[in-house]
Amino acid sequence: MTEEIKDAPPTDLTQEQLLAMYRRMRLIRGFEDTAQRYFEAGEIAGFLHLSQGQEAVPVGTCTALREDDYITSTHRGHGDVIAKGCEVKFMFAELYGRTTGYCKGKGGSMHIADFSQGIIGANGIVSGGLPIVIGVGLSIKMRGTDQVAVCFFGDGATAEGGFHEALNLTSLWQLPVVFVCQNNFYGLSQPWERTAYKCDLAQRARSYHMPGECLDGMDAIAVYHPVNKAVELARSGGGPSFIEAKTYRFLGHYVGDPALYMPPEEREAWRKKDAILKLGKQLKAWGYLSEEEDEEMGAGIEAELQAGVEYARSSPIPAPEEALTDLYIHFDYLGNPLQGG
Amino acid sequence: MHNDTREITYRDALKEALIEEMERDERVFLLGEDIADPFGSAYKVTLGLSPIFGTDRVIQTPISEQGFTGAAVGAAITGLRPVLEYMYIDFTTMAMDQIANQAAKIRYMSGGQAKVPVVLRTQGGPGRSSAAQHAQSLEAWFHHLPGMLVAMPATPYDAKGLLKTAIRLDDPVMFIEQKLLYNTKGPVPEEEYTIPFGMADVKREGSDCTVVATSMAVLKALKAAEILEQEGISVEVVDPRTLFPLDIDTIVASVAKTSRLVVTHEAPERGGFGAEVVAQVADKAFGYIDAPIQRVCAPSVPVPFARDLEDYTMVDETKIADRVRKLVHGEF
Repeated sequence: MTEEIKDAPPTDLTQEQLLAMYRRMRLIRGFEDTAQRYFEAGEIAGFLHLSQGQEAVPVGTCTALREDDYITSTHRGHGDVIAKGCEVKFMFAELYGRTTGYCKGKGGSMHIADFSQGIIGANGIVSGGLPIVIGVGLSIKMRGTDQVAVCFFGDGATAEGGFHEALNLTSLWQLPVVFVCQNNFYGLSQPWERTAYKCDLAQRARSYHMPGECLDGMDAIAVYHPVNKAVELARSGGGPSFIEAKTYRFLGHYVGDPALYMPPEEREAWRKKDAILKLGKQLKAWGYLSEEEDEEMGAGIEAELQAGVEYARSSPIPAPEEALTDLYIHFDYLGNPLQGG
Repeated sequence: MHNDTREITYRDALKEALIEEMERDERVFLLGEDIADPFGSAYKVTLGLSPIFGTDRVIQTPISEQGFTGAAVGAAITGLRPVLEYMYIDFTTMAMDQIANQAAKIRYMSGGQAKVPVVLRTQGGPGRSSAAQHAQSLEAWFHHLPGMLVAMPATPYDAKGLLKTAIRLDDPVMFIEQKLLYNTKGPVPEEEYTIPFGMADVKREGSDCTVVATSMAVLKALKAAEILEQEGISVEVVDPRTLFPLDIDTIVASVAKTSRLVVTHEAPERGGFGAEVVAQVADKAFGYIDAPIQRVCAPSVPVPFARDLEDYTMVDETKIADRVRKLVHGEF
């Protein structure tokens, strides 16, 4: 699968788009690696759920989206939100708990949101975004726009009730939603095959009468095509679709988890399927990217990441009493009316 | 204040609020189980609305509380103003993640980017042999949640005015009605009005003891006040109307006048809303208090089925009057 490089590039993606996808995947990988480094150095607090290995899924998916489309994401959401358009400097600022972060330091890694570009939030609750996307789809339909909502979630969420309620209601109401399951084979330490009896997610989608497709999540182009089809279907009023992208979490559940439950030979096998290496090879084979340009891109990404970290480090720490703001629109946290609320 | 008033039921007052706000703002829509005609919702508040506004705005959902709460939250954060109905407050348990972790927190977690203008209408309370899963008074859970506003109207006038405000606010509101109040009648103006959140209403003025009461317990407290009036005891009944924001100033002013306080609600006593009132009064009005502060609430047991058992656990005017009488007579 990985060794074979197709002779011709896809006809429906331009060289510019393919290079952008490649760069975006590398940026996500770099962001995760950098965040991990400074978390381990004690500069970043809290939890860090990293997604190294999964980059092809959000990037392939978001390549099919417009800026005014929506995504919901998960606790492992850095890749999703970067793919949709988040800037790494504001993300680092959030991870560093600074006022310049996307959520002014109130959300952190698990709650990054940028409503201005349809990123309506990562979510600390497994399956939390699934019921919410029902409403996003309903809102699109009621407002009469041609936007689409993508719901990212992991295999772990598929055992939650909210997963089934979301598939049922979006199907019942034929809402413009694309479910993208990032099946990385582990819900924390619980292996996928111990989540459900003979689980076949595409079959589950069919039981809710929506198109369901299982695809290679270690190939951004292989993700893009069916997602794009699903997005176009949703945009044209054809209702929801379901995509299962089989991918892999190269590391443990969070930084600090040695992932003893993941067999070393399994991890090694998946490392060899690295989607970034694959697309890089393809781009070079197609004459879209020289070795030199590849290195330049890497240096540019490294500079962007380092500048992002510096931006975060030099950004103001919120005044402690800022903890009491941004709760209500019309009232302060004690319930006193806010002027102009 | 209002020239043209008529007597209408609590149910019709709520219905009028929904109709007026849906006519005023096309972003307002309803969502819930069995809310469309011909059934028109379990307590018939939405009966007649789907013929007016269509089933695209009176959206009847499957029995899927987590799903339709998510639908309301997702719609609210992307520009609409859903008013959702849980048939029984007991069923909010099925949607607690969406209520507590999502609706109440999205604005804060996003650093103030999002607004969540959703009204979660429901009803609670005992009194119809509905037993332990259809008669709870869970307002303390929602009152405890930072990010949530909580309203509990006791009269048709308050029900309409508060619901209209709830729909216009940009913050999430838990709007808790009471199943035995739907058929009660009271004066409601013909002309439009709203009631601000955070404004208590002195339902009856008095000088010997303040009774702070919510929802159905307001009616019980007013009856207790009538009983006690025959005995020469003057009771002031204060209805906060919204639990959060809470108008503690009106309560403190009342206690300053009466120097005695009883707090009553239908919910179990332990950890109830009354405890918050008592704590705030102890903090802000300690110097005015001349007697122990008392609570008249349900005992902390599930609501039983059999009539005699349920009656035994319920707050009523006799229990409230007994407690006030003892305080006023110094029997504590």
